[in-house]
Amino acid sequence: MIIEALIAFTFAAALFTFAVPNKYAGKTAFALSLVPIAGSLYMWSAFESGGNALTGGEIAFETVIPWLEIAGIQVQWFVGVDGISLPLVVLTTFLATLSIVSAWTPIDDRQSQFYGLMLFMEANLLGVFTALDFFLWFIFWEAVLVPMYFLIGVWGGPRRKYAAIKFFVYTNIASLAMFIGFMALVFGLGPSTFGLPEITQALANDQLGAWFGLAPETLKLIAFLALFVGFAVKVPVVPVHTWLPDAHVEAPTPVSIMLAGVLLKMGTYALLRFNFTMLPDQASLLAIPIAIVAVVSVIYGAMLALAQTDLKRIVAYSSVSSMGYVILGLIAFTEFGVGGATFQMVAHGLISGLMFMSVGVIYNATHTRIVSDMSGMADRMPVAVGILVAGAFAYMGLPLMAGFAGEFFIFAGSFDSTLLPYAPIFTALAMFGIVIVAGYLLLAMQRTLFGPFRLETDYEITPAPMHEIAPMAVLLLAIIALGVAPEVFLEMIFDAVGPILDNGGGL
Amino acid sequence: MSAVSVTNAVAAAPLQIVLPEWTAIAPVLILALTGLLLLTIDAIWPGRNGNTTFAIVSALGSLTALAVTVWYLVSGTGQVGGSITLFSEAIVVDGMALFFTAIFTSVAALVVVASHDYLAGHENAASYYSLLMFATLGMALMAVSNSLATVFVSLEMASLPSYALVGFLKKNRGSVESSLKYFLIGALSSAVFAFGISLVYAVTGSLLLSEVAAGFDDGVAGFAGVAGIGVLMIAGGFAYKTASVPFHFWAPEAYEGAPAPISAFLSSASKAAGFVVAFRVFSTSFMPLLDATPAIDWALAFAVLAVVTMVLGNFAAATQENVKRMLAYSSIGHAGYALIGLAALTAGGPHNGDVMGAAMAHLLIYGFMNTGAFLFIAMVEYWGVGRTFEDYAGLSTKAPFASLAMAVFMFSLAGLPVFGGFFSKYALFASAVSAGFWWLAAVGAITSALSLYYYSRVVKALWIEQPNGNLDVIDSKPTGLYAAVIFAAVATVLLLPGFPIALETAEAAASALFA
Repeated sequence: MIIEALIAFTFAAALFTFAVPNKYAGKTAFALSLVPIAGSLYMWSAFESGGNALTGGEIAFETVIPWLEIAGIQVQWFVGVDGISLPLVVLTTFLATLSIVSAWTPIDDRQSQFYGLMLFMEANLLGVFTALDFFLWFIFWEAVLVPMYFLIGVWGGPRRKYAAIKFFVYTNIASLAMFIGFMALVFGLGPSTFGLPEITQALANDQLGAWFGLAPETLKLIAFLALFVGFAVKVPVVPVHTWLPDAHVEAPTPVSIMLAGVLLKMGTYALLRFNFTMLPDQASLLAIPIAIVAVVSVIYGAMLALAQTDLKRIVAYSSVSSMGYVILGLIAFTEFGVGGATFQMVAHGLISGLMFMSVGVIYNATHTRIVSDMSGMADRMPVAVGILVAGAFAYMGLPLMAGFAGEFFIFAGSFDSTLLPYAPIFTALAMFGIVIVAGYLLLAMQRTLFGPFRLETDYEITPAPMHEIAPMAVLLLAIIALGVAPEVFLEMIFDAVGPILDNGGGL
Repeated sequence: MSAVSVTNAVAAAPLQIVLPEWTAIAPVLILALTGLLLLTIDAIWPGRNGNTTFAIVSALGSLTALAVTVWYLVSGTGQVGGSITLFSEAIVVDGMALFFTAIFTSVAALVVVASHDYLAGHENAASYYSLLMFATLGMALMAVSNSLATVFVSLEMASLPSYALVGFLKKNRGSVESSLKYFLIGALSSAVFAFGISLVYAVTGSLLLSEVAAGFDDGVAGFAGVAGIGVLMIAGGFAYKTASVPFHFWAPEAYEGAPAPISAFLSSASKAAGFVVAFRVFSTSFMPLLDATPAIDWALAFAVLAVVTMVLGNFAAATQENVKRMLAYSSIGHAGYALIGLAALTAGGPHNGDVMGAAMAHLLIYGFMNTGAFLFIAMVEYWGVGRTFEDYAGLSTKAPFASLAMAVFMFSLAGLPVFGGFFSKYALFASAVSAGFWWLAAVGAITSALSLYYYSRVVKALWIEQPNGNLDVIDSKPTGLYAAVIFAAVATVLLLPGFPIALETAEAAASALFA
């Protein structure tokens, strides 16, 4: 019941905020968004891990209500969480609230609509991470795109129209490919419901028949490719990443936080749930190409970041790089690889959220993000810059911070992979990405933050206000907490990841 | 011939109220009485500007008809224990008739409420509302027609008021011109339709749909050519009424020139009316022809028409600069989707009921989302903002809730999985795939992916573009128009969770025809 209540409350909060006068919308949205946090924390505290939701493990907070039947297959309202989705639910509620607070300064037009859309998006994100029926999941998945399209298109920067359309077209075409691929699989399987556990277990039991003359193995391969392409756009990986920098640069800061922090995780979450849990044999068949995609994303994303002059573009491209690690962890198909990848989803959500927030705070004060325009910001905004530096070190993988834990587990897992041929070589190449990350982050920080202060403005740059610092501080604390005690999430993640590995052809 | 039975489900022991059999057509009678009442009021108090009175009377009339229809649908009138036939089988009341009457009366109610603002200050309000009621009456009669004679008469009854309504803005050249075009093409297609009926009569010797079917059952050897041409001509008549290729070209003209609430009415209700007779005539009378020797494969003809209509409607819509014209072409595209309901039928096919039911459910949801979209345009016309995509720029800054509703309509028409339009398209395509017509589904899926392009242009103009200074004319909030648009949007959203009810009702009604 708690999941329905959370989603319904967030939808209602979105509608309510839409009708609140602009002046009060920010504070109202903040107050209302505390309720989902409380709900997700309650779920976390009451959660007892019991395996993977798809492979027959215990599903926490489960609800199944039949909805409608189309062409003989039942669509259901089927929600629940396991050790993989719960951390992402918690991440979503936290980042949504923090990004709402970070919007108080930059969003000065049509606030009620902005905050209404943010809450609407949060409700749908909660749906994406909890839905266990394909149709229900697909509805939430697509429903996330609509508010994002408006948030970029209405409140974005100068090239917002181009960025919004590009985002919308890219992700919708990807969704269509993914939908058709999965439906081919479902029609071949002929299950009684669209429930993901049922489909997963039927696939594991080799119940897939031929469909329109396509042999089961071909059908699986087509479905795997269609799903992989569909999700890869969302992640994104090279070469389908080009929408991301445009969307990030044009999006206002709070939207970038949600985009990098949560929306990208939809892609890796779906890859884990669909491609790697349902079709592990196909994953092992395509292990080398997928690992190449992952490593190229790591290295090429980092090189692109190195070449940027806009702080936000640097962070945006480094997301492509970080998501490459997650793909590498997934394809390794070891406990530490897949578990580390899942942990890294949460860690990267927090760290990239912090980085975008810091860049946003500097931009609020300076109205520029170009590296060469500014110098010595540490003199004027000591606290904000201090947190930014800490966030950058988290990004580089400083021990005792969340980024280190995630990346360490991924590398440990992928090094030992038996499924992936030449695993040590791929791992070594990906690790080289960390050096480039350190390079571009240190370079950018040295130029903008330190040295003598130089920035031509006709007003005084003052330290950031409290409501801009507070969400950054909260995020930093969360990053350190997860780095010191990763087991708060790791235990449940490993619990949920284990059955995938037993199920799969990897080990 | 069971009597109308109403079961009270609350009581433990079912309470049976047996109404006389003729009350089964109560929705039709209520619409007729409403129209007459409007004329009476106007005759007793002539010259009085009774826009509000007339709007209230017509709204109450269509809502009462809707309420009775829904009550009959829920209580199983004409469904449990077989259909009810009246007047020597010329009239039939069954699930399909009631389902479509519900669409017509809902659309009529929305259009009436919206017209109140649109007609403010106009002289001939009484004739407008009574014509609207008589057109709805004609459609409701189309839904219950069980003989080719009643089909033809009711089709004309629905068409004649429509011609007048399209040309209602007498001093507007566009309105008069489009009315004339609509009338001329209508007259032509009526002639073709009547000729087709006479050919079918010549072969089978009857006009009653069941006896036509029996006549065809006996074989058409020797008359196959006459029967084939007759069926083809009748199909042509339906193509006109549903605005499908090849008789579609009146639609953009008529919808663009007509008062926008009338465009909403024609593109939603009138289209659905064309489909209800097409569904009934082809599934009841012409099914035997599919496996007769020699077979007259009209389903193949509809498959070709469906593909051409989907492609042409969607591609033409993508090239428009005028929003109303874009919607007109999009409504042609949607006629193509609904045609799948006829195209995917096979002789004795186990999926016939599913396919036609899905098409019916699509027409129901389409009734709300398309009516809402045209009513939004009516609101923009009411403000006098302009007609092209550029004129719509930045409307959301002035009218956020109406623009939100329009975004809902556009995304739902495009089939984005967030609103009702997604499930109905999915049900249609999935049932076509189960029936073996995967290529129809493929064309449908591709064209609806394309449609997102032109629908999202509207959303982009409303929300993302900056206002270009022409929005200062917006100085009032038309209550009726707002209410109708918002209500249609709420219905479009609620039909996502509520879709099973629509689909199951439609599938049951359609399956009854193939039983």
